[in-house]
Amino acid sequence: MSFDVERVRKDFPIFEREVNGHPLVYLDSANTSQKPVQVLDVMRAHQERYNGNVSRSVHTLGTESTEAYEGARARIANFIGAASPDEVVFTKNSTEAINLVAHSLGQMLRLGPGDEVVISEMEHHSNLVPWQLLCERTGATLRWFGITDSGRLDESSLDDLVSERTKIVSLVHMSNVLGTINDVSRIASRARDVGALLMLDCSQSVPHLPLDVSSLGADLIAFTGHKMLGPTGIGVLWGRLDLLAQMPPFLAGGSMIETVTMGGTTFAAPPARFEAGTPPITEAIGLGAAVDYLTGLGMEAIHQHEQDITRYALDALTSVPGVRIFGPETVEGRGGTVSFGVDGVHPHDVGQILDALGVEVRVGHHCARPVCSRFSVPAMTRASFYLYTTTAEIDALARGLDQVRKVFG
Amino acid sequence: MMLDGLYQEIILDHYKNPHGRGLRDPYDGEAHHVNPTCGDEITVRVSHDLNEISYDGVGCSISQASASVLHELVQGKDAAAASEIHHAFVELMQSRGQVEADEEILGDGIAFAGVAKFPARVKCALLPWMAFKDAAARAGVEVGVSPEVKA
Repeated sequence: MSFDVERVRKDFPIFEREVNGHPLVYLDSANTSQKPVQVLDVMRAHQERYNGNVSRSVHTLGTESTEAYEGARARIANFIGAASPDEVVFTKNSTEAINLVAHSLGQMLRLGPGDEVVISEMEHHSNLVPWQLLCERTGATLRWFGITDSGRLDESSLDDLVSERTKIVSLVHMSNVLGTINDVSRIASRARDVGALLMLDCSQSVPHLPLDVSSLGADLIAFTGHKMLGPTGIGVLWGRLDLLAQMPPFLAGGSMIETVTMGGTTFAAPPARFEAGTPPITEAIGLGAAVDYLTGLGMEAIHQHEQDITRYALDALTSVPGVRIFGPETVEGRGGTVSFGVDGVHPHDVGQILDALGVEVRVGHHCARPVCSRFSVPAMTRASFYLYTTTAEIDALARGLDQVRKVFG
Repeated sequence: MMLDGLYQEIILDHYKNPHGRGLRDPYDGEAHHVNPTCGDEITVRVSHDLNEISYDGVGCSISQASASVLHELVQGKDAAAASEIHHAFVELMQSRGQVEADEEILGDGIAFAGVAKFPARVKCALLPWMAFKDAAARAGVEVGVSPEVKA
């Protein structure tokens, strides 16, 4: 299948604009992706023509809104290989999905002293702080996998880390800093053997790779809409239905109940149990449209394009003097997110000079401060790619880095 | 290029050759500040008479040059003069480029006028000044006002 990146770019109006007098070179898709007209049009049409609240109205608009909202759920379920749309819970973002699980599983498992939760040093703060707080609340112990010098998950102490004491393992599927894609098969197998549940933070993988929850080995995954061509304000928790059915609610209120009396409440089945209050309806429909767009191009083709771009970028960056790449230096087992340092120049200054040239990258600790600490730097510069990234944009990045070296040389 | 206003030669000079860098003893007050969005950090130590100001940290050219300028401007001043300088620098940084900097008071600090036009970088320039203010307070010296930093 041939992938026509120039054709794809025409669907994204933002590429028509300039930044600081230069054509926009957007290399920050791991932060948030740009949106195609196909998504924007669907959201606007919904607001203009079909708007009504979901799951409670008998009128036509309410019915049409509910159909669109549930239709989006079904397409998203299909996109990730879920057994049923009921396994897809809409949340605000990945962070809310992970907090939901930390609270609900903590209660369901009656977590306490002697129990262990295992994460890794590679986590985004969203898959780290909720577990720290859970352990503080319950007295359970938090443990973690380290990172190897080449930016891989260090599984050498797997059998010690994941043991009969382990109740939950929660890991990032693809690192938002290093780009590493974690092959979790060994960890999933070990977790199963000891009776621990496995959650994966798929915020950076679902947008970029073909992913099938039926063969992934996880019990729960989280991802977010705005990194996969959808809007902000909508995320997804996927969980095995038999597991979701046992989990107590997180947020409480309207829409998540079965029956309410002044003396007590019984709760709806999943996914409604976990969707208290009016949900982000338009955003969910927008995410459904994003999934249609991605499916139309094919996730395998998108992944292949990003592999090609990443290979090109790794070559280009390693040929710039003074640039050090953090994470895997070849495309094997990594995605299109590349973090690097420029010798003697702070990432803020790198980012500022690149911005003056229209090149938008992320700088800082990327909400994953322990990853920066692991490599003994306070911050990194990160370029991240997507289906619309071109080799010409990588060339612009490399030219920008030459300019950085001139200013700070 | 628009960056000329941001990366003035004076700023780059202070970044490459910082004045007074390194933590020294004795001191009467110390403060450690971080910029949580970017991870920049600075520790400032001051003596009660402001005759000794020392600092160390990690950060971008703007935050590190700003610490160097602070050291150059404020060390050895009395509390009233330090307050005046502190106030003038904070006002300049919050001006969005609308305030004329007074070189008599701010010396090399006027080079930061351009930084005020980059809202994302104002916090970088202010980081050492806010740490200095807290360190001074712990040494018993009240310096300047406590503005809310918007960026």
